[in-house]
Amino acid sequence: MADFDIASKERDGMGPHGTNVGLLRVLGPAHVWALGVGIVLVGEYMGWNFAVGKGGAYAALVACWFAGILYTCVAMIDSEVTSTVAAAGGQYTQAKHIVGPLMAFNVGLYLVFAYTMLEAANAITAGYLISEVARLSGFEGTLDQRPFIILSIMFLAWLNYRGVLATLTFNLVITAIAFTAIIILFLSTTGIVGTSIMQHADLMSGSAALPYGWIGVLAAMHFGLWYYLGIEGTTQAAEEVRSPARALPFGTLAGIMTLLIAATLTWYVCTGLIPWEFLGDGLNGSVAPLFTAALLTNSQPLVWLLGVGTLFATLASANGCINDASRAWFSLGRDKYLPGWFGAVHPTFRTPYRSIVFLVPIALAFALKAPLDQVVTFSILSGLLNYTFMPLNMIMFRKKWPMGSITRGYEHPFHPLPSIVLLLLCAITFFAVFLGYGTQLVAMIAFYIVASLWFHFWRYRFVNRASQFTMPWPRPKGY
Amino acid sequence: MAHYVAPKQGKLSQLFDVVVLMALTFGALYIPMFLGLAGGVKTVPEGAGQTWEAMGQNAAQIAQYNALGFTDPAAVSDIINARYDYSFSMTALLVMVVIIVAYYVLMLKFSETEYREVIAEKFDK
Repeated sequence: MADFDIASKERDGMGPHGTNVGLLRVLGPAHVWALGVGIVLVGEYMGWNFAVGKGGAYAALVACWFAGILYTCVAMIDSEVTSTVAAAGGQYTQAKHIVGPLMAFNVGLYLVFAYTMLEAANAITAGYLISEVARLSGFEGTLDQRPFIILSIMFLAWLNYRGVLATLTFNLVITAIAFTAIIILFLSTTGIVGTSIMQHADLMSGSAALPYGWIGVLAAMHFGLWYYLGIEGTTQAAEEVRSPARALPFGTLAGIMTLLIAATLTWYVCTGLIPWEFLGDGLNGSVAPLFTAALLTNSQPLVWLLGVGTLFATLASANGCINDASRAWFSLGRDKYLPGWFGAVHPTFRTPYRSIVFLVPIALAFALKAPLDQVVTFSILSGLLNYTFMPLNMIMFRKKWPMGSITRGYEHPFHPLPSIVLLLLCAITFFAVFLGYGTQLVAMIAFYIVASLWFHFWRYRFVNRASQFTMPWPRPKGY
Repeated sequence: MAHYVAPKQGKLSQLFDVVVLMALTFGALYIPMFLGLAGGVKTVPEGAGQTWEAMGQNAAQIAQYNALGFTDPAAVSDIINARYDYSFSMTALLVMVVIIVAYYVLMLKFSETEYREVIAEKFDK
C-alpha cells in the first residue's frame, strides 16, 4: 500500500505542482453541502418544469425519481473517487490520473461549460424575477432585465475573487433559506398546516395525465436531470476542504438526500396548482414554477417568501457555478492543458482569480443573448457527457488500483452496480435529448470532437508528461 | 524512456489558443441558433382551438388560468396547444448512436496512448 494519508495537511493547495502559493484549506462538510445543494436547488425553482412540457406531469415525476437514481449513483461514485483524488478540478483531475489526458481535457471542458451555462441560466432567471417583482409592484411597461443580469454575475464574481470561505458561507445561508421556503410552501398548501389547495385529480385528469404516452416519459428524462444537475460540483472543493476524506462524502451524500426531498416536494406542489401546459412552458408560461405556485395561493407572505427563495436559489447557484467553473478552468491551466496563465492563485485571497475574471464575459454573453431552454440544454448535455464518463472512470479506477492498493477516503458499496445503472440511465437520457433537441446534441458532440482534435494534435505538446500525475500512488495495475 | 520537455509557449500563442477555444464554444451554441436548427420542435397544430372547451380545459384548469390573470383563452392558446413532435427516423437515431459511441471510443483510444506515455515517464526512472 502506498504511504499516503489522504487527510494530510502537507498537501496544501498547489503544493504538488511546485508553486509557492496554493488554494486555502478552510472548508468543512457544511460548505461542501452548500456548494452542491446551492448549485442545484435552483433546478427546483426553474428549469425542471420543461420535463412537464416534454411528457406531462406524471412523466416529470418518473423522470424526477429516475434522475434521482442516476444522481445517487453519481454521488456514490464521486464520493469514492474524489475523497481519494483530493485536488481541484474534480472529475477532470480524476480523469487525468485514471483514464488519460485527452479524456481529462474533455471532462474539464464539460465541467466549465455545464457550470458556465448554468450560471447564465441563473442570471436569466434572476433578471426575470426582478421584472416580475416590478410588475407586481405596479410598474407599467417592460423592465430592462440586462442590468440586473450583469450586476448579479459581477457581484458574485467579485465575491469569489475575494475568497472561498466567505463565498461558500454566503451560499450556506442563502441555500438554507431557499430550501426552507420550499418546505414552508409545501406545509402551507398541502393541508398539513391549514387547508389543502391541491388539485392533482382535476389538473391531471384525462389527456393531461400522460399527453404523449410512454414516449413522453422517456423524453422527460432530458430535463429530469435539471432537478439535480450540479451535485457533482462538490468535487471541485477537494483542494479547499480541511478533511477531504470526511467532508466530501458527507457533504455530497447529504446534498443528494436534500435534493431528492426538495425535488419531490416541488413536483407535488407545482403539479397540484398549475395546469401542465402552462407549467411545462418555461419560456412563455411558468418561468419560475415555485413562484407561480406561490402566486396561486393568494398569500402575500408566501409570494414574498418564494420570490426571495427563487432569487436566493439563483444567486446561490450562480455563485457555486462561478466557484466550480473557475476551479476547473484553473486546473486545466495549471497543467498547461490551457494556457498556463490561468493556473495562477491570488497571492492574498488564495483564489484562482484569473480564471474567475476570464469566465465572467463568457457567462454574460450567453445570459444576454441565448434563450433559456438553449442554455439549459447546453448545460445538461455537458453534464450528461460527464456522467457517461464517470462509470467508465470508476470501473478503470477499481481495475488499476484494486481495493487495498491505495487508501481510499470512502469506498462505495455494490460496485459495479452503480456504474452499470448510471451508464444505462445515461443512454436513456441521450435518447430523451434526441427527442426534440437532437440538433443541439450533434452540435455539442461535434464541438467536443473538434476541440479534442485540436488538443491532441496541437495543445498537448505544451504539457509535460509525468508532471500531470500528481497523486502519490503506486504504478497502476497493467501498466 | 526519454524525458519529454514541453516547449515554452509565447504569450501571443497562448492568446491565440484561447481565441480558438472560445470561437469553437460560441460556434457550438450560436451556429445551430443562426441556422434555425436549435430549440425543441414544439409547434401549434393548424386550426387548433381558441376557446377553453376547444382546448380541452376543465373547470379547475380554467380557474387556475383565471387566477394567473389569463381570462381570455386566446392569450394562452399557443401555450396550451403547442406540442412536441416525437416522430423520428431510425436512421437519424442510428446516426446519433454511432456519433456518441465513436466519440467515446476516440476519447478512450487517444487517451490510452497518451496515458501510457505519462505512466512510463512517471514510473520508469
